[in-house]
This record gives sequence, C-alpha cells and structure tokens, in this order.
Amino acid sequence: MVQRYWKIIILLLIVVTVLAMTNSAIASHEATPEMAAVAPVSATPWWVWPLALFIVTFILGILAVLGGVGGGVLFVPIVGGFFPFNIDFVRGAGLLVALAGALAAGPGLLKRNLASIRLALPVALIASSAAIVGAMIGLALKPDVVNTLLGATILFIVAIMAVAKKSDFPVVSKPDSLSQSLGIMGIYREESLGKDVEWNVHKTPQGLALFIVIGVMAGMFGLGAGWANVPVLNLLMGAPLKISVATSKFLLSITDTSAAWVYLNQGAVLPMIVVPSLVGIMLGSIVGVKILARAKPKAIKWMVIGLLLFAGSRSLLKGLGIWK
Amino acid sequence: MADVKTKASEEQMAYASVLNVGMWFGLFLLIVTFLVYLSGVLPTFVPIDDLPRYWGMRVHEFNVQLHAPTGWGWAALVGKGDYLNFIGIAILSGLTILCYMVILPILIRKKDKAYIVIAIVEILVLSLAASGLLKVGGH
Repeated sequence: MVQRYWKIIILLLIVVTVLAMTNSAIASHEATPEMAAVAPVSATPWWVWPLALFIVTFILGILAVLGGVGGGVLFVPIVGGFFPFNIDFVRGAGLLVALAGALAAGPGLLKRNLASIRLALPVALIASSAAIVGAMIGLALKPDVVNTLLGATILFIVAIMAVAKKSDFPVVSKPDSLSQSLGIMGIYREESLGKDVEWNVHKTPQGLALFIVIGVMAGMFGLGAGWANVPVLNLLMGAPLKISVATSKFLLSITDTSAAWVYLNQGAVLPMIVVPSLVGIMLGSIVGVKILARAKPKAIKWMVIGLLLFAGSRSLLKGLGIWK
Repeated sequence: MADVKTKASEEQMAYASVLNVGMWFGLFLLIVTFLVYLSGVLPTFVPIDDLPRYWGMRVHEFNVQLHAPTGWGWAALVGKGDYLNFIGIAILSGLTILCYMVILPILIRKKDKAYIVIAIVEILVLSLAASGLLKVGGH
C-alpha cells in the first residue's frame, strides 16, 4: 500500500518539474516598471523552492501524523527558518495548511461522534475571535519580533510536549454549571474497551479563558493550535483524550478560518508557497497514517521534539540577529 | 448497529456532510487552478520567474511594489493564473461559514437558544474576518 503512494508522489514530482520547465518557455507575463528596481534574483531557478517545499512538507506530513502534532506547528518554524520566503507569507501558508488538514479530518471525526460540536462551538467562538486579533497583531509586528516570539513559543511547546501527561479518561466528579447549561456532554463508543463511554467537562470558564490566549497565538504565528487545544480540553476541562484530540482537530477548522481570512485579505497568501505545501503535507499525512501501525511512537515523539527544538532555536536566533 | 446514544446529533451530521463535499471541491479546484497557473496558459500578475525577487519581502512592501490588491480586490484578477488559485483558497476558507449557516435552521427548529446565539455570532465574526474591513497598519 505504501509503495502505491510512493508511485503517486514520484509521478507528481515529475509532473511539477515538467510543468515548471515548460512554463518558462510559454508563459505570458505582465511586468511592471517597479520590478526592475527590486532585489536581484539569486542564481537558483524559481522552481527549486516550491519543489523543495513540496518534498519538505511531504516529510513533515509523515512526521506530524507519527508524532501526533498538527502540520502547522512544524511548518512555520521550519519553512520560516530555512526557506527564502518572508515570515508573513509563511504564516499565511501555515494557517492554510493547518486549515486544510482540519477540514479534511473534520467530516470523519464528526460523523463518528469523536469530535463534539457541542464542545467545539463555544470554544471556537472564543478562539476564532481571538485569532483575528492575533493575526492583526502578527502582521503589524516586525519580522525580527515575530521570529523571536515564534522561537520562544516553539521552545515552550517543546517543553509542554516533553513533560505533559495525557489522561485517557479524566475524572470529572462534578460538571460545572456553564457546561451543564450548554449541554456539553456526550457518549461515544470506545472500541478498545468495547463499551460506551459517557463524558462531561468541568472548569469550562477557565478553559474558555485559556482559549483566548490560544487563539491569539494561532493567529499571530500561523500555527495550528492542537498542541495547546488538547491539553486544555483533556487535562483542564476533563474531556476524554480521544474526544479532546478529535474536537481539537475540528476546532482548528474554525479558529484557523478567521485568521486565514485576515492573512488572505492583507495579501499574505502566495499560491506558489501555499499549494505545494498543502499537497505535500496532505500526501505525507496519508503515508504517515499507513506507516503509523508499524512505527515506534516514543522514538517518533522524541524525533519531532528534536526537530521542533532545532527549528524553534533557529527562529529565536534569527529573530535576535544571532543566526541570520 | 450503532447505539442511538452514541450517534452524532442531526446538526453534527449536517455540518459533516457539507464540510465533506465542500472540502473535496475546494481542494480539487485549488490543485486544478495551480496546474493551470504552472502551465502558463493564463497570464500572471507577478511573472513566475520574478517571484523570488518578491517572496522575501514583507507583505506590505510586496503590495506597494507590485500594486497588489488587498481585501477582495483579487476577485477582479481571477483571469491571472496566480489569482485564479484564490478561488479554491476562498472556498476552503469560507466553508466553515457555510457549515454554520446549514446547521442554524436545525438549531432554530430544536429551540437550542444558546447554540443559536453562538452560531449567529460565529457567522458574524467569520464574515467580519472575511469581509476585508479589518485593516492592519503598514510598517
């Protein structure tokens, strides 16, 4: 099965390369006088970068699935740190990558009743409003400041990933009154136990308050926020782990929508960056799911942590002007 | 047969159905339009060979240098290969608003007051973000 996907990927690479080469010969362009006044182009042909982006995001897509993280959190620091694109366009692409992944996963998770619309909708309202504010702040900040804050955030995420424990079935002894009045509860079929699991949540006001911060960070850095959503839903609010992971993924489709529109409307979306990334990460995710059954999760988790540590340090040092 | 208690609610299923169709449609369109862009069949707003001169710029600088459109200005340029891609991007970005509009009548029929309010406010928030009315200062 995995070999079949490799064939598709190689075919795609060939198609992109051929298209890129023929494009130079037949494209008709509209140049503006200002174009002569900007920085000279490097000797590297333009198509090398989207192709490299496709390959890198394909690998990130595999690692994201195996490491249990969203694509955005790997995409922004790595592409922002090692590709020649401005961080504005990288964040716009990062949001669309995370959005597409969430949109793709959403229907299945909702239909299987793992993602809960009753849990997601109130949280999404808070997070998506905050993400708009975050996106506006992020686009107004200087790139050095963004890189420094992004690096610090990624290193913070590394710390959370390294130390945070997860709870399959947290104990919620007394659901809070807000969650009760909103009817945030449910029952899902836990196949591994062969039984139905009833769930409730508590500490809803505290959880909603934290989603303000999560939304701002998602919008500001163009990160999907699964790394923060899951601990809040699972460890603070007490939703079962499967419900938390699935609802978090669905939630990203709403949170990232609002921030993505801000980037789109400001012009911070370049199809040449977005599309290869999006296709690469989605194909990588499909392959990742196939490999998942045979992978050693602990080793992969530490590999992803190592990768984030490197990319986060790169962003931080780039922002501080130490590693340009 | 799945127990009725573990089944997703009507609004959840409706949301999932619209999301499923819209997501595949948007993604398909995005890939097709990108191949059109790469093929060079259509003229481009920014010549592909010149892109490396601009993709390292801040977005504000990029817009000023190229007189690139902001807000919904791209809609007037969908005849250009690069802006043609924005149709798929806008569909993927607008899908959530459509999903909320689909579940709203179900919530109204169920008289689920809190979620009716939440859904309406969310539609307004996302529509505001999509409207292009929110401006970010220059640098």
